[in-house]
Amino acid sequence: MEAVGTWRERLEQTALAPVVNTSRWYYLWVAFLLAVLAWGLYAYSVQLRDGLIVTGMRDRISWGLYITTFVFFIGISHAGTLISAILRVTQAGWRTPVTRMAEFITAVSLACGAMFVIIDLGRPDRLLNVIIHGRWQSPIVWDVVAITTYLTASLMYLFLPMIPDLALFRDRLPGKVPRWKLWIYRIFSVGWVGNNSQRRSMASAIALMMLLIIPIAVSVHTVVSWIFAMTLREPWNSTIFGAFFVAGAIFSGIAVLIILMAVLRKVYHLEEYITEKHFKYLGFLMTAMAMIMIYGNLSEFITVGYKLEGEGEFHFEQLFLGQFAGFYWYYFIGGLIVPCLLTLLPWTRNIRGVVLAAVLVTVAMWIERYFIVVAGLRVPLMPYEPASYTPTWVEWSVMAGGFALFALLITIFVKVFPILSVWEIAEEHESAEQSPAPAPLVPEAVAAPAGGG
Amino acid sequence: MSEGDHNTGSEEPQEAPGLNRRHFLKYLGFGAIGAAPLPILPSLLRKTLDQKTVRSNGAPALAPNGQIRQWTMIIDLRYCDGCQSQGTPPQCTTACIEGHFSPEPMEWIEVYEAELPGDGTQFIPTPCQQCQNPPCVNVCPVAATFSTPEGTVLIDQNRCIGCRICMAACPYDRRFFNWGSPPVPPEALLADYSAEHQVPAKKGTVMKCDFCPDMARAGTLPYCVQGCPNDAIYYGDLEEDIATNGEEVVSASRLLSQNQAYRLKEDLNTKPRVYYIPGHGEAVGRDAFTEGRQPTEWPWIERAKGAREWKR
Ligand code: SF4
Ligand code: SF4
Ligand code: SF4
Repeated sequence: MEAVGTWRERLEQTALAPVVNTSRWYYLWVAFLLAVLAWGLYAYSVQLRDGLIVTGMRDRISWGLYITTFVFFIGISHAGTLISAILRVTQAGWRTPVTRMAEFITAVSLACGAMFVIIDLGRPDRLLNVIIHGRWQSPIVWDVVAITTYLTASLMYLFLPMIPDLALFRDRLPGKVPRWKLWIYRIFSVGWVGNNSQRRSMASAIALMMLLIIPIAVSVHTVVSWIFAMTLREPWNSTIFGAFFVAGAIFSGIAVLIILMAVLRKVYHLEEYITEKHFKYLGFLMTAMAMIMIYGNLSEFITVGYKLEGEGEFHFEQLFLGQFAGFYWYYFIGGLIVPCLLTLLPWTRNIRGVVLAAVLVTVAMWIERYFIVVAGLRVPLMPYEPASYTPTWVEWSVMAGGFALFALLITIFVKVFPILSVWEIAEEHESAEQSPAPAPLVPEAVAAPAGGG
Repeated sequence: MSEGDHNTGSEEPQEAPGLNRRHFLKYLGFGAIGAAPLPILPSLLRKTLDQKTVRSNGAPALAPNGQIRQWTMIIDLRYCDGCQSQGTPPQCTTACIEGHFSPEPMEWIEVYEAELPGDGTQFIPTPCQQCQNPPCVNVCPVAATFSTPEGTVLIDQNRCIGCRICMAACPYDRRFFNWGSPPVPPEALLADYSAEHQVPAKKGTVMKCDFCPDMARAGTLPYCVQGCPNDAIYYGDLEEDIATNGEEVVSASRLLSQNQAYRLKEDLNTKPRVYYIPGHGEAVGRDAFTEGRQPTEWPWIERAKGAREWKR
């Protein structure tokens, strides 16, 4: 029993540490992010002044980096849903130390993604028209509804399991942190004392949210894909676009989660809780999604490519051999095949290998979004020379600013809120102590193919 | 601030056992009731902000039988030589540009040069096809693009938010964006803007051929029809079944049926209101192997100060 006591203390110390101690590196990092963000804001102010003329977009390729980044961010928001909701539903015990981080990613990337649609507008001053004159027939309105619903739900879902941890902070931190932080903990721990009735109602609230959030998440990326699939453009005119986007979203979400896990583990010394096992299991999940992506690519390209109807030939040519070939083959080989190998082969199946695979996947998925948008628009509709698109410094800067904001929000979250779900880890630990063989169904099932590969 | 701090501090402990199941359900219920008025929010906002929108210039025109006119355009490609014989840029395009002060590089009616079997070419003047199942209208989130009772598709540049999904949706490449502050000549500053006569152009919004119903109602023909030196473009009303190129008045249905008329990308089921009679300018003596046309010009731009142009 005493062992459990010190174990618990150590866990709490680890969870409290980021909030209490701040190193010089932290300020340097924040200063760097703020600088990039300020540069992005400056670029955006140029765009507001002169109009979208400062971008590389023109009539024939009328969407570019901004919409690419929007789709990418909404995609990685699926990290939270997958890890916490799906793994919670399947009662995969190993997920507990990483859920909180995944839920951070969800909330922050949704906000950043939504921001990029607004950045892309020609008339951001008329944004309210979408509410005043919104038409439910438009895919954009579907997106507004779906994304705001998802953002609300994922904030709830981030908040509910955090209540006991916030209460812990409220009780342990007085005197150690500024008053505004304590104030936050007091408000948001909503009077949690951890009695049975509170536990019961929180458990039922979490259960309700985790069932709600899965269909919401699926719907979000489906309607994002429908922005494209509801048009008559040859490369977008596809019935599997929704499913394909959802798979890609979960895929890139896991990758970003793995990267964040690796960073936070190093910076905040979470080695005891986030172990090689977590990287391996998430790596396997990522590989499973990669295989779905490979399957999706093949089935789409073989059914279309066999017939080469209409502009399909032009599109395949630019994708496989022409302008986008470098991107495409990096995506297919570097972003789908190599990561599978890295996570499956025994001598790269370690933290380093999995993180490397995750980085490859993240870059590849951004590139995939890029060529879906840009190559899709490039296919000529009428007898004219195919247009070209080169992003300008404004677009790159605004995009960099967006990524800096993403990192900054995560950084701040980590400083204020508990990065580990202390009570869940403790519960997990206790139940493991009591019954030495808790039969973790999912990990074994996931681990099984690894033995063969 | 510190006062509020204090209050919450003293209240919290009393509420401590707070969030039990009943409370939770109660909050949920309040939340649901709170969310109930959301659907009427838009109409409330509309009322309070008193959003005026220009729709069109007035009541739709009526045919003699009392029905609303259904504007149509029939382009006889046998007479279109891309203005090769004139040695000028296509005159329909120029006339439309001059009439609407369309910013460079917008060609609301663009003359595409398309290849024919056997390597000859034909010219296809292409305005907005005024689709009856318009993909652009379907996707617009704010109804800035809308269909009219006369069968045209218009854009309200006072409402457009510049999301450009309509440009992605139009299968005919017929929509143009004001990427920068569009050039405006002095005379256009006095123009009375309407969705039927999109002058002056507005930054950050989409434009396209508006089919000039205001001109037709006033008893003249659209600029492009007037501009064509070969009278290749007919404008008319399907309801009364008439069409004219400015020279002769014909039965629209006869002209279409007796000349194998077709519509662009018929298989997409967009149901355009613009018809074509196949040809390559043979009726005005063009040889199918004479390639090229003069590049389009925007002569009025010189009169607009501080003009910002962009490439297509
Ligand atoms: S760009 Fe304007 S007209 Fe086009 S869909 Fe968006 S709001 Fe509608
Ligand atoms: S041609 Fe294009 S812009 Fe014109 S109505 Fe059809 S879809 Fe809309
Ligand atoms: S109908 Fe009017 S707007 Fe359309 S191309 Fe002709 S002149 Fe231009």
